Amino acid sequence: MSEHFIEVEHLRQYFPAGGFGSRKKYVRAVDDVSFFINKGETLGLVGESGCGKTTTGRTMLRLYDPTGGKFTFDGETVFDVDKKEFPNMLPFRKRMQIVFQDPYASLDPRMTVGDIVGEAIDVHKLAKDDKERYDMIIHMLERVGLNSEHANRYPHEFSGGQRQRVGIARALAVNPEFIVCDEPISALDVSIQAQVINMFEDLQEQMGLTYLFIAHDLSAVKHISNRIGVMYLGRMVELADSYKLIDRPLHPYTKSLISAIPIADPKQARKSNRIVLEGDVPSPLNPPSGCTFRTRCPYATAECAEKVPEWKEIEKDHFAACHNIDKIN
Amino acid sequence: MKENALSFQLKLKPEDFIPATEEEKQSQVIMRESVSFWKDGMRRLRKNKVAMVSLVVIILVMIFSFIVPMFYPYSYKEQIKGANNLGPMEYSAGEQERIDAGEKVFPHIFGTDKMGRDYAIRVMMGSRISLLVGLIATGIILIIGSIYGSVAAFFGGWVDLIMMRIVDIIYTIPDILLIVLLKFALDDPLTRLATVPGFSWINVVGSNLISIFLVFALLYWVGMARMVRSQILTLKESEYVTAARALGVGNGRIIKKHLLTNCIGTLIVTTTLQIPSSIFTESFLSFLGMGVAVPLPSLGSLASDAINGMGTYPHLLFIPAILISLIILSFNLFGDGLRDAFDPKLKN
Amino acid sequence: MAEYLVDIKNERLSFFTPAGEVKALNDVSIHLKEGEVLGIVGESGSGKSVTAYSLMGLTAHPGKLLGGNLNFNGHQIENMTEKEMRKIRGNEISIIFQDPMTSLNPVYTVGNQIMEVIRLHTDKTKQEAKERAKELLELVGINEPEKRLKQYPHELSGGMRQRVMIAIALACEPKLLIADEPTTALDVTIQAQILELMMELKEKLGMAIIMITHDLGVVASMCERIAVMYAGKIIEYGTADDIFYHPKHQYTKGLIRSIPRLDTKEHERLIPIEGTPVDMLNPPKGCPFAPRCDEAMKICLREMPPVTEFGEVHYTQCWLNQKEEMEKGASHE
Repeated sequence: MSEHFIEVEHLRQYFPAGGFGSRKKYVRAVDDVSFFINKGETLGLVGESGCGKTTTGRTMLRLYDPTGGKFTFDGETVFDVDKKEFPNMLPFRKRMQIVFQDPYASLDPRMTVGDIVGEAIDVHKLAKDDKERYDMIIHMLERVGLNSEHANRYPHEFSGGQRQRVGIARALAVNPEFIVCDEPISALDVSIQAQVINMFEDLQEQMGLTYLFIAHDLSAVKHISNRIGVMYLGRMVELADSYKLIDRPLHPYTKSLISAIPIADPKQARKSNRIVLEGDVPSPLNPPSGCTFRTRCPYATAECAEKVPEWKEIEKDHFAACHNIDKIN
Repeated sequence: MKENALSFQLKLKPEDFIPATEEEKQSQVIMRESVSFWKDGMRRLRKNKVAMVSLVVIILVMIFSFIVPMFYPYSYKEQIKGANNLGPMEYSAGEQERIDAGEKVFPHIFGTDKMGRDYAIRVMMGSRISLLVGLIATGIILIIGSIYGSVAAFFGGWVDLIMMRIVDIIYTIPDILLIVLLKFALDDPLTRLATVPGFSWINVVGSNLISIFLVFALLYWVGMARMVRSQILTLKESEYVTAARALGVGNGRIIKKHLLTNCIGTLIVTTTLQIPSSIFTESFLSFLGMGVAVPLPSLGSLASDAINGMGTYPHLLFIPAILISLIILSFNLFGDGLRDAFDPKLKN
Repeated sequence: MAEYLVDIKNERLSFFTPAGEVKALNDVSIHLKEGEVLGIVGESGSGKSVTAYSLMGLTAHPGKLLGGNLNFNGHQIENMTEKEMRKIRGNEISIIFQDPMTSLNPVYTVGNQIMEVIRLHTDKTKQEAKERAKELLELVGINEPEKRLKQYPHELSGGMRQRVMIAIALACEPKLLIADEPTTALDVTIQAQILELMMELKEKLGMAIIMITHDLGVVASMCERIAVMYAGKIIEYGTADDIFYHPKHQYTKGLIRSIPRLDTKEHERLIPIEGTPVDMLNPPKGCPFAPRCDEAMKICLREMPPVTEFGEVHYTQCWLNQKEEMEKGASHE
């Protein structure tokens, strides 16, 4: 039995990328990622494009076939690749949901908002009759700040923020316990982002939801998350309490990530001296040996090229994977 | 203070600076009239003058070829004695006598052909045949092509690979050659089949037309299949399909509710554009003498018959030729209009 | 009267869509001296890109310039023909776009594309152009320029491509560089590199920059002047310090408040701007922001506010500021 509500162990997700037989190549989108989330908690997942944060969320929902690892949800196995356990997903789909990044692409343009929200109700046969189905849809829309007038409209009639609300209402329709928020605010305007973040917080309080909140914007993630995990090239490099992570980052990548965020304050911005990382993120098709960050790390040593750094608890509840933690800090 | 001077011009009263209520504020936000995708597209289509003119032309041609012949006093098979090779609006000697005797005789608007048949009704029947062939052939293409394409795309992997290689091979088969071969191969068995009760319609349609349909069914669907496949492949990867899968929606429902409904716009456009090309192929084959069987006329065979007398009776050639161009042009322009109105890629 | 490099006065521009007229720019005025950095911030659809594009004569169909003066470096842009514009584009004004993936032509090498611009606007020979291209790549911090010249865009990473775009834009040492969301498509660490590079180049080459972005963090670190746009209007304009420390318009205030801060020590609830963005097809009658404004007054819903000036550069368009000014004026009398 697992002690945590959500427990992911050694998750791996490789995608084939050409080649045949023994020369078959793989993109290691997610490589050996482990974390847990307690009930009612939010875990933030940040990293740059291609670091595997989105894949992690989608693999957990079995939208991809996992390559390796194990995921237990409330004590039940969702998948366990080693034991070849892949139970029927349908009951889990009612308990775990996802909200997507792009509010334009994630809503079917030919369906009314009511039908989009109602689809989940139909699939899981949650309503006895049309009346109940309609009431449930309106209830969901009201919950996310829309109203019954919106139910018969099509997605293209809404603004980005409103569409994202529809996407959230769809996820909420099955009354889930856990929601993967896959960059839900990245495509929204600044003034709308705050609305959506607040709504996520309110819903969490009202419905006791647990979130995996994926984003590349560290300041927004910090706002909503209890703990934050930082990913780089398919691996988790650091995980800690939000304030601790921002205040006292241990991993050199986290440090540079925090310092790279433009500060909306001219005086601070003028005097701050940023750590600007050199170079680009290497291709995940051909990741560097050992520690994947070593090609851009100012502290890299010979050891970093040879051995993959161990994922360990440096301080209480503060995990990181780096050979030189002691030297750097 | 020049700003204040400006403000005073507006005659500001102190009550103007009372905070506005929430209702007052919300009354400024007007929600647009709800438009579904179809309504929106139709609105755009109606604004497209070229497309609307083409649609009117198509409807007129349809009336001309399907409704007018019902009330027309001549039949396309009827040979009027002594009325061979009349010019437009001319009467034969016999008819002239009847007119002189006070009888009313319906004029030969386009004249008659060399067998003494009224040319106007033959052109009407010809365009009816051409349109029917175009529509039926397109129907065949649509059904085979869309099913084949969507199956390949939806299952993907090896199924897709093999199915698409078959498509590639079919692309390499020369169509005209196949039609000629089929015509000769099918001629004999079909005539024998026609003697069986219930199959006598084969004689009316003719073995040529059957082989044309067969070729359409065998070869011409590949373009449609490729189009549908690429469309479904893109849609399959779209986020709303992923969202539906995350909700636990099954394959059948995903195909029906998400993939097909989003394909329909493109399907309609491609189908509309396929019609003129089918009509063109039919006319072309009939012109070469491999089309419909006599005495059934088609626009192509009419033009072909008229070519010998082109110097003396040019109108016999021009009338079907112009009609072919008109039909093809208006279907093409209308299809373009449909694409502008319904293709989501062009929409902003 | 100071000599401005860019002087846009009362520009009005509309898009005539099938669904109706969209007033993309409504009485927009911008001026910029040589070597200055102006940030234009605003939400999507606020007209920030349209302003900059119209200065290059690149208004997309069905957009139409309806009025105003667009003066750039002595040229009257609104009266110029397409042919005359082509001489200026890439030469005196250059632009870099948001998406470096699509703004480079995939079938030509990087070197080819840089040299094309150089040879279009100067009489340099092929060899000289190549030398210049190499220089430019070095200038934008690309290692092994010789090798890069022969590479195709797909062989480069996103950050590298944006550097190449900057090199192309700088090929003829323009007086004005328009940067349209240059870092939005890039990762944070790469964004930091590109912003740093742009500041360095500005120091070195002394060009003026118009920086279009939705990210207040980017303007805070780069821009001297900031124009805040909302629904096709500049609702507040001022120096960076004016905008960030003394914002006068309710929208600007709301925008700054709504940014999640990295340096808070305990959990604070974000303060969003409620409501939805303006539907540009059915804009409100008065101030476009009034329906979302906490302090909206009756007049705001009826009339567009006039300009209120605070000092030399700072101005807003807000009835609240008008009211304050009037009250101040009344108490003086």
